[in-house]
Amino acid sequence: MDYTIDYTIRIGGQAGQGLQTIGAVLAKLFARQGLHVFTHQDYMSRVRGGHNFYQLRFASRPVHSSRRGVDILLALDGDTVLMHQADLNPRGIVIYDSAAVRRSFDGPDFLDVPLRRISMDLTGVRLMENTAAVGAVMGILGLDLGPLERLLGETFEKKGREVVDQNIAVAREGAAFARDNCPECAFQVPETGGQPRILLDGSTGAGLGALVSGCRFYAAYPMTPSTGVLNFMASQSKSHGIVVEQAEDEIAAINMAIGASYAGVRSMTGTAGGGFALMVEGLSLAGMTETPVVIYVGQRPAPATGLPTRTEQADLLFVIHAAHGEFPRVVFAPGTPEQAFYLTNRAFDLADKYQVPAFILSDQYLVDSEWTLDGLDPGRLSQDSWRLGAAELEGLDSYRRHALTDTGVSPLAAPGLSRHLVVTDSDEHDEDGHLIEDAETRNLMVDKRLLKKLPLIREEIEPPLLYGDKQPELVIVGWGSTFGVMKDAVDELGSSESVAMLHFSQVFPFPTREHFDFIDLLQRAGRTVCVENNATSQFARLMRAETGYQCDDHVTRFDGRPFLLDELLEAIHG
Amino acid sequence: MAEPQDYTGQKPAWCPGCGNFQILKVFRDTMAGTGLEPHELVLVSGIGQAGKFPHYTRANVFNGLHGRTIPVATAVKLVNHDLNVVAVAGDGDCYGEGGNHLIHAMRRNIGIKVFVHNNQIYGLTKGQASPTTGEGVVTKTQPFGVLLEALNPMALAVALDAGFVARSFSGDREHLGQMMQAALAHDGFALLDIFQPCVVFNKVNTAAWYKEHTYHLPEGHDPADREAAFRLAMSDGEKIPLGVIYKNSRAPLEKLQPVIAGREPLVRQEFDFDAAVAEVDRFY
Repeated sequence: MDYTIDYTIRIGGQAGQGLQTIGAVLAKLFARQGLHVFTHQDYMSRVRGGHNFYQLRFASRPVHSSRRGVDILLALDGDTVLMHQADLNPRGIVIYDSAAVRRSFDGPDFLDVPLRRISMDLTGVRLMENTAAVGAVMGILGLDLGPLERLLGETFEKKGREVVDQNIAVAREGAAFARDNCPECAFQVPETGGQPRILLDGSTGAGLGALVSGCRFYAAYPMTPSTGVLNFMASQSKSHGIVVEQAEDEIAAINMAIGASYAGVRSMTGTAGGGFALMVEGLSLAGMTETPVVIYVGQRPAPATGLPTRTEQADLLFVIHAAHGEFPRVVFAPGTPEQAFYLTNRAFDLADKYQVPAFILSDQYLVDSEWTLDGLDPGRLSQDSWRLGAAELEGLDSYRRHALTDTGVSPLAAPGLSRHLVVTDSDEHDEDGHLIEDAETRNLMVDKRLLKKLPLIREEIEPPLLYGDKQPELVIVGWGSTFGVMKDAVDELGSSESVAMLHFSQVFPFPTREHFDFIDLLQRAGRTVCVENNATSQFARLMRAETGYQCDDHVTRFDGRPFLLDELLEAIHG
Repeated sequence: MAEPQDYTGQKPAWCPGCGNFQILKVFRDTMAGTGLEPHELVLVSGIGQAGKFPHYTRANVFNGLHGRTIPVATAVKLVNHDLNVVAVAGDGDCYGEGGNHLIHAMRRNIGIKVFVHNNQIYGLTKGQASPTTGEGVVTKTQPFGVLLEALNPMALAVALDAGFVARSFSGDREHLGQMMQAALAHDGFALLDIFQPCVVFNKVNTAAWYKEHTYHLPEGHDPADREAAFRLAMSDGEKIPLGVIYKNSRAPLEKLQPVIAGREPLVRQEFDFDAAVAEVDRFY
């Protein structure tokens, strides 16, 4: 590629107007052309009306966050113009349809495209005005319509040739109008000839990770922003043999997931913070019965119902400390859809290997953000089985579900696969799994279940990722979904100062300093800034509790919105 | 062939004279009579005196949380429908703490058998009212007597079109054995409510009281007649009917869920890693 591009398209309108569909089509087109794409969504907790937007950044180099400035604002209603016009970059343009928004705007920044009339003229109905809008964007960018026409063909194949042809005609007309009426539009997107890239959001990353890990049972109660994983698992149910059960409540969901795991398959449940609050007793049950289970928690602003469709990172300490009693757990907080994929696989592996609950802690920003990646490597996935198969079981003289071992890990069998009985109990129990009350057995079991396993699990946890200067003067510290915006901030600042990002995706047990002494790195830095989407810097507090290290400064955001790159840069140096 | 002693586990820690002993004896005899081996049975329980029941048998056991027997049992059946899955719970566990799960298990018609040890009082926590304690009964926590109407589990189950709805009494061993057998044989969800005296805390519903206030359903009752069943379930006054009150032939969930219906149990189905990995290609 001879020159670089970095454009932002923002599509705004009311819930139900199809702005997400428009955005998803454009994102896929750019990804297929080998461009780097990052998208995020801002939507209200309503099915129709209100104001939502979908933001898409595409560039000739990797991008991982959203910017404030907008190059193309596609306004599906008048409010979008009023709310976002101020963010327009120099030479930016607003595409709108004065007939549809019932308002006209004057000035060189506005391009009035008769989207509705194009659809009506060519098809007799206004249904395809969004296709005209996609066409108009393609026209403004001077892009070849071939890839769009192929994508429309794939999307509407099931509806028949006529629908496909109509959509193509409408897209062409929208593109032609935009080209002819916006001669000053200066956007140019090079023909990259690059390899198509994968376009993945956080939900799909975690869902694919569960699928390739052999998850065979998923039980959940729908709750934003975790429902994407439930939908994904349901979509894979038939073709990959996964029983997906919509439970009557979150308590049932986690107990089902535990029951399924006891019965012999890898299982998972998912929810948001409020639903997880209901699951907490079940979490303790998994801990006591040493039943492997993967729990996906999509965070959203709370307390209580909070801001249902928006984002926050305020459940970290809750998830780490939730449940009565003491037992080991693993908590991963992926920062990208790609990390969600690999860490979900790792969660299943560790859950089975140590017979403990393992968490994937996500949030609305991550689940609804799409990223491009070059590919996913199946070679990096663990395919180990930690359960006894029927043949192995038959070969045993006796079987005790909670047998004492050097590692604290007992052989894991499922009922009905052999003549051996599998017994477990939420009461304290003996090696056979039967309930006891004596102090001696209690001590042996706590030692086995908790104290023996903890150091082994801690050794499995990988250190944080350092990106940027290896001996940085300024370190930006964060965890989970702030990965992208922190990385882009390092790229922006890196040309003029010594800066690095320290990103934690394996947050609990807290990583040791053995292989990478990140605390030493922080102590040597001139300034450290902890960046979190919550009000009380929860991760910074966790790090201080675990290591004694205190960040110099804290940047927090808790209005339910993600950090935009420009805002983070201002906050770091503001 | 399994014998009753093959189903014998630990020594029970129940109070002398507890109705649970009779239920346990009948259960072992019934299981031996089915020809099933202990490893083909999974007992799921929660908390309460009934929650300890599985430990006093020999079988696969998942003794989980109070009120949460049904979700665990449901999942076990979905993962391995070759297994016989029996959830054992008390009236507090099944009708109070876990009421929501009971409702939805009946809707699912999942092929698990729920045996409720209904002594109409809380035993383990020492004598508080349960959902089935009669109106007016005075307890330590209900000093003015129970002000709530007792839950009628039979009417609830018939109203929800549960697959199999029956009631028996711990002191009526022959009848209880027949009911257990019928519940185990039913293809679908089964609720068996078992009256039992609590000799320590329930001074109203004693063994003598149950003998006096129950009767066997007449031969002529057709369990498929839902209206008749509903009338019987509602006739919960002076004389309470024992027997199979209602039964239908709805297909159970494990025969409707396409991933497992007519196929080998999920736990025995091979996982195709390569096919799963190939799904990634759809996202280019």
